[in-house]
Amino acid sequence: MSTDDDDQARRERRAQWNRMFAANVPHNVALGIEILELGAEHAVFRLPYAAHLVGNVETGVLHGGAITALLDACSGAAVFGALAKPQPIATLDLRIDYLRPGAAGKDILARATCYRVTRNVAFTRAVAYHDDPDDPIASAAGTFMLATKLGKVGGTP
Amino acid sequence: MTLVARVAAAKAAGNLGPLVDVIPYAKFLGLNGTVVDDELITTMAFLPTNIGNPALPALHGGTLGALLESAAIFQLLWAAETVVLPKTITITVDYLRSAAPVDTFARGVIVRHGRRVANVSVEAWQDDRARPVATAHAHFLVMADS
Repeated sequence: MSTDDDDQARRERRAQWNRMFAANVPHNVALGIEILELGAEHAVFRLPYAAHLVGNVETGVLHGGAITALLDACSGAAVFGALAKPQPIATLDLRIDYLRPGAAGKDILARATCYRVTRNVAFTRAVAYHDDPDDPIASAAGTFMLATKLGKVGGTP
Repeated sequence: MTLVARVAAAKAAGNLGPLVDVIPYAKFLGLNGTVVDDELITTMAFLPTNIGNPALPALHGGTLGALLESAAIFQLLWAAETVVLPKTITITVDYLRSAAPVDTFARGVIVRHGRRVANVSVEAWQDDRARPVATAHAHFLVMADS
């Protein structure tokens, strides 16, 4: 009986996040990142191929740093999706394994899952891929601090 | 110009300009680098497009990861033991503090340079080097494709 309400809440949360994202994360806007899916505990983002994101002009392959930014943003969104109440978060650490080279001229997608939320920390896994999440370019494991002061980590002395 | 020639040109110039010129993404992030007291310091100029959290404001974690990865690669190229473009195998970034909207600096240290793999540890800081905003350690494949 609550399914409609849940769907409604999810749509609203996604719409709200989309707006926040589009308007408030300048670097994601600069990268051209698009949100494809945002559900409870998972997110799918797209990084459109762009000449200014290339890391090696001889191969035309996108720079690893752009993939890092995509995986960080997508993993953070998965944490947001998993939280019962909205709260500021901050990346604590992110490990990225580069499994194979990306192809020039192709968009990169990221799919992230938040698989565990504790009182202070959320844990994520993510993959970056062209067409098939089961044939990834890179995989990532992340941890995020929850309830940070406006997303601040470490704090002032 | 080959990679080797570009590294040589960068060393002659004492800055990373000749390398950054062929890395569009490095220009997009505002990366450059110079030798200061015999250390290669990679810089990421503050750009409004590098902001991740406008409320604080703070730099995007992805830009810090990219700075750290780039600084490690530049250090490997600078060390001259590497004549191919190092390929990142794995990188782990620790985010220690929120990074203010100012210039950020990074310095890579080659922990071990083997025949196939190099291990590099990197620190990034802003106004105070003793208070890094992020650190990373990474493994790179440093052998030519056969």
